[in-house]
Amino acid sequence: MADAPLRADLILEYPFSRTTGPVIGAFLTGLREGVLLGIRRADGTVMVPPAEYEPDTGESLSELVEVGPAGEVVSWTWVDSPRPQSPWDRPHGLALVRLDGADTPMLHGVLVDSPDELATGMRVEVVWSDEREGHIADIAGFVPKEPS
Amino acid sequence: MSAEPDGGAGEVRLPPSLEGVERVQSVRTPIRLEYDYRPSAAAESYLRAYEDRRIIGHRSPVDGAVFIPPRGVDPRHGTATTDEVELPDTGHVGNFCVTHLPIPGRKDLELPYVSAWIHLDGAAVGFLGLVRGCATDEVRIGMRVRAVWKPDDELGATAENILHWEPTGEPDVPVEWAGNRAFLRGQAGLEDGADDEATDA
Amino acid sequence: MREVAVVATASRQVPVLTGTTEVQLMVPLIESARAAVGLTQEDIGFTCSGSSDFLAGQAFSFVHTLDAVGAVPPISESHVEMDGAFALYEAWVKLQIGEVDTALVYSYGKSSPGSLRDVLALQLDPYYLAPLWPPADAVAALQARLLLESGAASPEELAGIAVRSQHHAAANPNAVRSSTDVTVGDVLAEAPVADPLRPSDLAAEADGGCAVVLAAGDRASDLCERPAWIRGIDHRIDAHALGVRDLTRAPSAALAASRAGAGGDRLDLVELHSPTTSQEAILVREIGLDDTTVVNPSGGALAGCTLMAAGLMRIAEAADRITGGTADRALAHATSGPCLQQNLVCVLEGA
Repeated sequence: MADAPLRADLILEYPFSRTTGPVIGAFLTGLREGVLLGIRRADGTVMVPPAEYEPDTGESLSELVEVGPAGEVVSWTWVDSPRPQSPWDRPHGLALVRLDGADTPMLHGVLVDSPDELATGMRVEVVWSDEREGHIADIAGFVPKEPS
Repeated sequence: MSAEPDGGAGEVRLPPSLEGVERVQSVRTPIRLEYDYRPSAAAESYLRAYEDRRIIGHRSPVDGAVFIPPRGVDPRHGTATTDEVELPDTGHVGNFCVTHLPIPGRKDLELPYVSAWIHLDGAAVGFLGLVRGCATDEVRIGMRVRAVWKPDDELGATAENILHWEPTGEPDVPVEWAGNRAFLRGQAGLEDGADDEATDA
Repeated sequence: MREVAVVATASRQVPVLTGTTEVQLMVPLIESARAAVGLTQEDIGFTCSGSSDFLAGQAFSFVHTLDAVGAVPPISESHVEMDGAFALYEAWVKLQIGEVDTALVYSYGKSSPGSLRDVLALQLDPYYLAPLWPPADAVAALQARLLLESGAASPEELAGIAVRSQHHAAANPNAVRSSTDVTVGDVLAEAPVADPLRPSDLAAEADGGCAVVLAAGDRASDLCERPAWIRGIDHRIDAHALGVRDLTRAPSAALAASRAGAGGDRLDLVELHSPTTSQEAILVREIGLDDTTVVNPSGGALAGCTLMAAGLMRIAEAADRITGGTADRALAHATSGPCLQQNLVCVLEGA
């Protein structure tokens, strides 16, 4: 009987803890407290999620503004098999969502049962995780917003 | 390095709704990557041989140097190697280190332990092993050692079959011919460092 | 500027490489590329490689792969954690400085033992994106939908790109996905894997490697009857945050192409490192190609994409057609980062 080919599991784990700095830290603080923040750019527009610097020029940015909690789907796709370490354990939408008051979209999940429930331009609102610690997964995802 | 919330970018203010809350300064972002690791044909052959208490090296087609573990290449010349050579389970300590710090996951290691570069007789390079069977301060460069194998019924396709290396009590390989110099000596047409007589040199 | 040319190449690509280490993969490729122009490692002035430790699951894994070169006595070498096309750029700069007349460039990727999708997720912003582990094809799908809904491309056009790739790949032994008879209708009938992208819209994952020998000036002419002269090479990068980019465009690709002199004359062919059909459509527009240029005669990266080597393979494919005399002027492209964030363009000429 031929021996089965040799194999071995190799598992690498990196238990990173990253320093946030003042701007990313502020955004994550907001998530923990249930508030969405953007940052005002030199041209007056609002970038979400915020960065410490202007992406085009590297200039420092500092004026945080509240945005959301609802917004509009700018683009979307469907994830049939979420990766094991993602916050989601079942198929979900993935979208670029431009929050009300923001000029750039942010990427996050959309919690619907089928891609048929997704469309560009649809209104969505944030759903918060029950337990929040200051992490991007404090946002459980977005859900379609009923017209009020 | 920790971020000072009122450091370089002290002008970054939270909006009124968040005034007074404790600021997040770090975030956990652990990652885990899984690999299904398969040995090369050379490594497979090497590991299989351990099942029969055999140690396999690869002979270089360039100058006959024997590399262990075999990797299918002579790393000096970038030349493929396929010629398998069976090596004895005896050799000498080419270099060593006495370690007083534990290795996570190796609770079986009594401290201090001696990790050594074991140069098998006939091999051009050393490979890593543990030295036991003598006091740590008796371990020395050139000390002759032999493999201590697991019991036959515990042998598998793994280098772990060799529990450690113990002194043979034979005369040492002279320091000037120990380690990689053992191979260079052979190249120079002198006797092999494995030869008992050589230890008198 | 010094005249620098590609004088030899060797590539190998398979769906899954088994029983062979990265070192063993590269030994015959490096040997073949050097031997094609009668060089040994001692004749090589500078060696530069590209690879990713995340694929190997091993820190500083490139040091191991130097075993394939013959690095003793010590050689002058460098490494980039990038596609080999960027290693080639470093070697080209070294040749421009004039310290050396020849260079060996190689890169490789064996992603099959690990999870390419997880590794690619880790190239994203570590605070806002990577913790969500979005699959790379899903991120590319967000870009593809923006492209389709902007009207800049249609599903039929993207399917046409997939069909053309598979047809061209039929003549390429290194392609891992090819077909002589697949049709646009067949591709459009595929179920999306990351809506709107279908399986044929996504590059076929592969293991492989590529080695290239560069030479400068008279040395190139001595070594090779018809060197593929690098007449322009440039790489540029766009912002990382997906939200601040217009994802239907790739300004860095347009700028790199312009600075490499792509528009200076007619291009016989281009080899594009496009991980998706939608990204290929964007590149064709940004580089400014017209119908007279053959796109991806090898099938391109869509027909087989070895992470870290797909870009260098594009340069090798383009150079081979020039040294072989079937093309006079060609463009090769390499990309890295999500959604065509970073782009390198290399223009090659036979005379």
